[in-house]
Amino acid sequence: MTATHNPSGDSLESADETPNDEPSSSASSGGRRRRYSLLTDTDRRVLTTMVGIPTFLHVTLIWVPAIITILLSFTNWNGFRFDNMEWVGTRNYRQLFTVFEKDLYEALLNNFWVLLFLFLVATPLGILIAYILDKNLQGTAIYQSVFYFPVVLSLAVVGFIWKSVIYSPRQGVLNVLLNRTAEGDQISWLGNSDQIIPIGEYGLTQNFLAIIAPMIWRHVGYIMVLYLAGLKSVDPSLKEAAAIDGSSEWQAFKNVVFPSLKPVNVVILVITVIEALRVFDIIDVLNNPISTDVLSILVTESILGESSNVGRGSAYGVMLLLLCFGFVIWYLRSTFREEPS
Amino acid sequence: MTHSYPSPTAWDGHVKRRSVLKGAAAGGLVVAGGGILTACGGDDGFSGEIGSASGTLNMGSNASDEAPKAGLQAVVDAFPNADVDVVINTLDHNTYQENITTILQAQDDDVLAWFAGFRNKFFADQGLVGDISDVWDNISGLGEGFKAASTASDGNQYFVPTNFYTWAVNYNKNVFSENGWSEPTNQDELLSLAEDMMSAGITPFAFANDGKWPIMGTFDALNLRINGYDYHVDLMGGNESWTDDRTRAVFSTWADLLPFHQEGANGRTWQEAAIDMEEGRVGMYLLGTFAASALTDASVMDFFNFPELDPEIGAAALDAPIDGWQMVAEPTNEAAAKEMLLHMSTPLAQDAYLSEDPSVVASNSGANTSVYNDLQKKSSALASAATGISQFLDRDTIPDFAGAAGDMFAEFIESPGDVDTLLADLEEKKVAIFADFNSGS
Repeated sequence: MTATHNPSGDSLESADETPNDEPSSSASSGGRRRRYSLLTDTDRRVLTTMVGIPTFLHVTLIWVPAIITILLSFTNWNGFRFDNMEWVGTRNYRQLFTVFEKDLYEALLNNFWVLLFLFLVATPLGILIAYILDKNLQGTAIYQSVFYFPVVLSLAVVGFIWKSVIYSPRQGVLNVLLNRTAEGDQISWLGNSDQIIPIGEYGLTQNFLAIIAPMIWRHVGYIMVLYLAGLKSVDPSLKEAAAIDGSSEWQAFKNVVFPSLKPVNVVILVITVIEALRVFDIIDVLNNPISTDVLSILVTESILGESSNVGRGSAYGVMLLLLCFGFVIWYLRSTFREEPS
Repeated sequence: MTHSYPSPTAWDGHVKRRSVLKGAAAGGLVVAGGGILTACGGDDGFSGEIGSASGTLNMGSNASDEAPKAGLQAVVDAFPNADVDVVINTLDHNTYQENITTILQAQDDDVLAWFAGFRNKFFADQGLVGDISDVWDNISGLGEGFKAASTASDGNQYFVPTNFYTWAVNYNKNVFSENGWSEPTNQDELLSLAEDMMSAGITPFAFANDGKWPIMGTFDALNLRINGYDYHVDLMGGNESWTDDRTRAVFSTWADLLPFHQEGANGRTWQEAAIDMEEGRVGMYLLGTFAASALTDASVMDFFNFPELDPEIGAAALDAPIDGWQMVAEPTNEAAAKEMLLHMSTPLAQDAYLSEDPSVVASNSGANTSVYNDLQKKSSALASAATGISQFLDRDTIPDFAGAAGDMFAEFIESPGDVDTLLADLEEKKVAIFADFNSGS
């Protein structure tokens, strides 16, 4: 915004003159320091507006609802009239872990499976495709469009398509290809909750994996585009140098290309975690089949409709908030720890 | 989409609003000295018959599908009071149902489409919908069953039932006649029919549970046949236990019948199951008569009442969800709202509706039954012979709990062996959900 503004130079000069005044130097326009102030009154107004409006929006639209959600999670309220609201302390949380524990654990685990599969399957696949397409193959634009196409569709639309075209028991592509469309012989892709990876009485169910599949299908294209853009920015001389030093393709990628794309990697990590935590639309349009609860589904199920249970729904929401916090704290710590170097 | 009739302008509405107030005052309906403004609140200007109201009437509708939408328009077109400008505000029916709380509290509409029974009583007890007992004083042709389904805990009426449909065992007439099968009337006949179908290579019962609500109909039917209507109502109201032996008996009968049902129900939509029935891969389908709407040729469909399983209980109770209208607690135009509700109850309005949507049956006994098709006649006869009419599980209990029950049924049909754990878990949830519900209201 202000081309002449140089924060480090400013603070250095201030520190030379009066070290103790340094924090207030930008807040005050007092006589002696006017020389050093690089902000005009207009700058100040613009800054205030540009920082103030987003801060205001951020606080009112994000922090206020979040805090209200936390408060509501300690109430029993059906959503009608405030005098119906009663404080119940931590009862909703206790019930979450005693009465509704199956729903909660299933949802937490399902959110985890989404994260795991997007991270271990979709992301590497997207990177691999991007790496191959970066080699200036013939018709690379066509391949890119093909892989990117699913990203253009919202996950809700993706859900509708997969439900009717791929998974339908009688007309679906899968059962037709497998020749399993006869009455009594059909594979129920979205209705079978047999466990593939059992963890006690919970685990990864077959139909939840069938829901993760279209998510992977879509996520691969997303990662591919992000990575392709990153790969274009890698200095070719780095790769040449690696090749001259006799490294294999894999070694060059692992030791040279991948580390130099750290900013892109961080973006991909953040996007993947967000996708996994916010998953809702595809499960909702698939009518939330058996054993496919995720946290956001539990929140909406409790709160939408009449006679809603706002307290319990908010408690589920706080669970989601805690997961987000966990990730954000870890992310900020790892980012700031590396800042000095 | 919003449709207004007959396209009001703000100025017209304003003039008419004032003239109704003047008219009401002249008619002596406003308490002397009470001031014109109270005309809308306390004394509503409803005279017991249609004609004196004017102004704009806002109707909130969930009739987003083509036939119900056209039906509602026909009802409004037939409204005899031309001084009232009717505005229909239609929302997609899922959106409408999920947001009914907000819609009710906003009070933008005067009357709202809704469901009879528990779901209406709940709003009445919350004070969110208006007492329309004075409308009921002027209603004729609606039986006691309908009145009971419109009455809240305080003994007043809060709902006008307009039409309903029945849940029964649907089948393809042609498939039955080709195989020489006939409608079973008791358990033995039902089981031997099912065995016949099995040996003919036809799965006896279609079964679909996409959305986790369709098989609630099977539970309702079995519970009504095994334990009777009163127990069913008590169980839905949270007053009986899901771990009770009588409830368990329902699930053990269900488990015995499961081998006669299609597999993989949780991944199938009811439309797919209905087509399986139409095309003869499956013999029967216990579903609402709306099953016909999924068929290529609805005329092949016929149905029979779910047969009796216990002679002492009989087979005279069934699910017959009633749709209708309620008035918000503080309508802007109460006189017009009540006139419209009264209109809704008449054969005139119901005939108009059914001319566009013949999938349902009119609630008024004076409605023109000569235009009914065979299915409507059968539905109508079933309902009038019924000793108990339930509204379907998700309308007969707290929606939150209906969701928990839906989850449990879905798991039960996958692993019937776990029924004890599943029922204990459901009972635990029931206690928590009903406790919240009762303390909150």
